[in-house]
Amino acid sequence: MHEATAAASSGLLARALKDAAASAAITALLLVPLVGMHATEGPSGALVLKYRFGLVAIFALLVGGLRLGLHLTVWRGDSARGAAPRFPALARLAGPAGDAAKPVFFAVLLLYPLLAVLGSGGLGPSRYWIDLGIYILTYVMLGWGLNIVVGLAGLLDLGYVAFYAVGAYTFALLAGSVPISDFFAGTLGADFWRLWSFWVCLPLSGLLAALWGVILGFPVLRLRGDYLAIVTLAFGEIIRLVLINWVDLTNGGAGIASIPPISFFGIPFSSGEGGFANLFGLEFNPMHRNIFLYFVILALAALTAVATIRLRRMPVGRAWEALREDEIACRSLGINTTLTKLTAFSIGAMFGGFAGAFFAVRIRFVSPESFTFMESAVILAIVVLGGMGSQIGVAVSAILLIGGMEMLRNLTFLKDPWLFGPDFDPSLYRMLIFGFAMVAVMAWRPRGLVSSRLATIFLKERKKVSGDLVREGHG
Amino acid sequence: MSKPMLSVAGVKTQYGKIIALHGVDLDVNEGEIVTLIGANGAGKSTLMMTICGTPRASEGRILFEGRDITHMPTHEIMRLKIAQSPEGRRIFPRMTVYENLQMGAAMDDYAHFEGDLERMFDMFPRLKERLHQRGGTLSGGEQQMLAIARALMSRPRLLLLDEPSLGLAPLVVRQIFDVIRELNAIEGLTVFLVEQNAYHALKLAHRGYVLVNGSITMAGTGRELLESPEVKAAYLEGGA
Repeated sequence: MHEATAAASSGLLARALKDAAASAAITALLLVPLVGMHATEGPSGALVLKYRFGLVAIFALLVGGLRLGLHLTVWRGDSARGAAPRFPALARLAGPAGDAAKPVFFAVLLLYPLLAVLGSGGLGPSRYWIDLGIYILTYVMLGWGLNIVVGLAGLLDLGYVAFYAVGAYTFALLAGSVPISDFFAGTLGADFWRLWSFWVCLPLSGLLAALWGVILGFPVLRLRGDYLAIVTLAFGEIIRLVLINWVDLTNGGAGIASIPPISFFGIPFSSGEGGFANLFGLEFNPMHRNIFLYFVILALAALTAVATIRLRRMPVGRAWEALREDEIACRSLGINTTLTKLTAFSIGAMFGGFAGAFFAVRIRFVSPESFTFMESAVILAIVVLGGMGSQIGVAVSAILLIGGMEMLRNLTFLKDPWLFGPDFDPSLYRMLIFGFAMVAVMAWRPRGLVSSRLATIFLKERKKVSGDLVREGHG
Repeated sequence: MSKPMLSVAGVKTQYGKIIALHGVDLDVNEGEIVTLIGANGAGKSTLMMTICGTPRASEGRILFEGRDITHMPTHEIMRLKIAQSPEGRRIFPRMTVYENLQMGAAMDDYAHFEGDLERMFDMFPRLKERLHQRGGTLSGGEQQMLAIARALMSRPRLLLLDEPSLGLAPLVVRQIFDVIRELNAIEGLTVFLVEQNAYHALKLAHRGYVLVNGSITMAGTGRELLESPEVKAAYLEGGA
């Protein structure tokens, strides 16, 4: 039995390799005249031929590699599809191996700034990597926040960016407000508001965003599915349009600049006397602030994750999940669906508001341009690709999507004259690749990268509840 | 006879302009199994849902243990000692059997959870075997058992059952009905049963009502209705 399968798989591999080589060869032959020779205007105005055989080779390898991949994954005719998880590494993420991997994962996150500094050789050069980490973690946090609304409560929210915007503008307006600053200058010292505004405004931003979650929640309580999606989409746009047009308050499209920077709990990251570097006996470096920002967003994201895990085990969290499954059954069990939806909306919005305040203090500039529908779409894509309701899946997909898109900028080797030439900008193709990736994930992992969910309660042992056993929408 | 446990008086329900119930009167006394039979579209489920508050009765009154529940919000009605096993079962498919049962006890503050769970396992041993499976992977009969067990987890005094035999094999239907009979006989649970399977329902019930086009046309004991020529002609012919 074992030998038979081994023989079968080696035969399969041989066939797959043969087919892949053949298709690569055909592609190369076809593309030599089509792609390999490029007629352009020469320096004297005459037509000259440019040869791009490197590009042909890349295309041929792509075709061959993709066909090989298809042979080994999708086209394995006789193998029992779905019997074994096709992405065992991903499936393990949610299992016991995932439990063991979590401390490692967390340690890597904690040590990331150190690794970045050591890897890039100094505080200054590490800036790119630290900023990338902050950027990704912001989206991890937003994904986890939206996960409460979409993944747990099953309410499709296309306007999540509205709460992000509310949080950012709440902080920007309060921190930049002269009357508040003057008020505190009179009581707690001239610098108090400049130094402490973020720490005071962070909870306020979350609360205000939560309030807006309730305000949005009330009129849409009767809606579900597509209808709810449309209303939330409109809500996101309304907030953005208000931000653009209420010039007196928000300064319109020009945005709000001069947001005070983050402080180390009241100690400014400044070069002079009493600054962070001075107090801790370090040499001043502007990167200290960025590294601190990294830890702040890491803490905020961790707060979101821990809160979600705790809430899932509480009655309200289970009510969210039950609501996602069947609203009528929920009501028949005496669950107040109105209240349940409102809590989901407002708690999800609160984390969006926290993230918004963080965004504002990091960029130190907010404008309506940062809060377009595209942002909502990306956050929703992160949640859906990650597997709705799965924390680790959302984190992985945020890293892949945001980090991956950023990495595309770095593919400078494509600018080689043998390939696309110096005018080629790979980042222009980000959305194309992004789209392909989404289609691919949805085709092969229709329930997201990590599709199983852990039961929140268990008698003796925790068993994984597979997502593969049941169809979407039918349990 | 003392006051009925559930009393439906002159209840009229409309979906927009379409009148689904034309003033229905019906009583369920404590300790009884009462069934409501009728054809497709007669308004059986509408009556069941009106008792639960969605949709609301446009006229008439619904009393539970002497309390007017006509205008109470649905979730508050369901927090009284009423439990419902809705039509089509409506278990939570992606939650495990255990989580489903826990949802049933959510309004009881889990005070009696462990003991009640054991009671459910005695009654439905299959649920114990399936405890950590997703609800959606159970068979139809198991799902119906789960739906009833989930409803019972809130320790109701009145159980509303909407078409528990829907889509189930005859043998499984018999099992379900046996459980209902035991619940009533041993625990004294009052049951209001809406059924299309008139033969089984009338055999089980102490009393029955026949609903035709939104009005009650006949009422009587289960045996009387079973033997009445009209019921035989309309609901039992070729059936059973």
